[in-house]
Amino acid sequence: MNAEAHAVEAHGASVGTNVVVWVGLVAITGLEVFLAYEALQPTVMLSILVALSVIKAALIMSYFMHLKFEKFTLVLWIVPAMIFCICMMFIFFFPEAFRLLTMRPH
Amino acid sequence: MGSKKLGMWLFIVSDTLTFSVLLITYSYSRLTNPDWPRPFPINPAIIYSTTMTVVLLASSLTMVLAVMAAQRNERSKTVLWMVATMCGGLLFTGLHLREWFHLFEEGATITGNPWGTPLFGAVFFGITGLHMTHVMIGVIYLGIVATGFGRGKFSAEDVEVNGLYWHFVDLVWMFVFPMIYLMSVKY
Repeated sequence: MNAEAHAVEAHGASVGTNVVVWVGLVAITGLEVFLAYEALQPTVMLSILVALSVIKAALIMSYFMHLKFEKFTLVLWIVPAMIFCICMMFIFFFPEAFRLLTMRPH
Repeated sequence: MGSKKLGMWLFIVSDTLTFSVLLITYSYSRLTNPDWPRPFPINPAIIYSTTMTVVLLASSLTMVLAVMAAQRNERSKTVLWMVATMCGGLLFTGLHLREWFHLFEEGATITGNPWGTPLFGAVFFGITGLHMTHVMIGVIYLGIVATGFGRGKFSAEDVEVNGLYWHFVDLVWMFVFPMIYLMSVKY
């Protein structure tokens, strides 16, 4: 890639925006630690923690990894494929995995 | 988009699936084993792991600053921010190893532990070990790119691709920390 093409792609969030994102990520981490001591059911706790982690991952991918500022075709190339693969893992893994539980000796 | 950047994104997609498999199977094991150990007290384990998280997030911010400096062709600033990122990675690894040795002292191994289901050791050391390997490879990768960029052999795109890898390592920890540590806090 020549320098001019790279310079066109090089735009992104300002330092201030990145610092705000970083503060947001640290704040969500603090919230997660607080929730860990709320004695919730493991299933509820895991669901909340994963949801918060997905928000953090989206912030990191959008701002730190510049995905928000890339060509939209890259997003279309990567994100649906990843979501599809992860959904397939859930669809094929969990029914069989939970069926195995009923075979566990008591 | 350059081929290096596209290649790194494809690697990130494949590695995301590797960690997804591990974390999905961990979630199943965690929820279906009532005697899952809770070996992490607030002091030192949760304080240390939270510090590790903040250190890794800070190193991501320094990497962002390195990429910005590289795009402005400020070579010495770029190298400085990349060295700061490496220091963050090394500090993270040091704190993590300390946590591992603390667990070894308490009797946890990859095949057993004194608290509950023996699966805990395999899951904890397996997932955190794979992540730590990524961090250490990232530190070496940063060192190579920083040296090359400082000498004018690598371009700003190389620094940006290096940044993608480092942010990915940070992103994975955003799932590992709450799922492995915070789901097993000792009340």
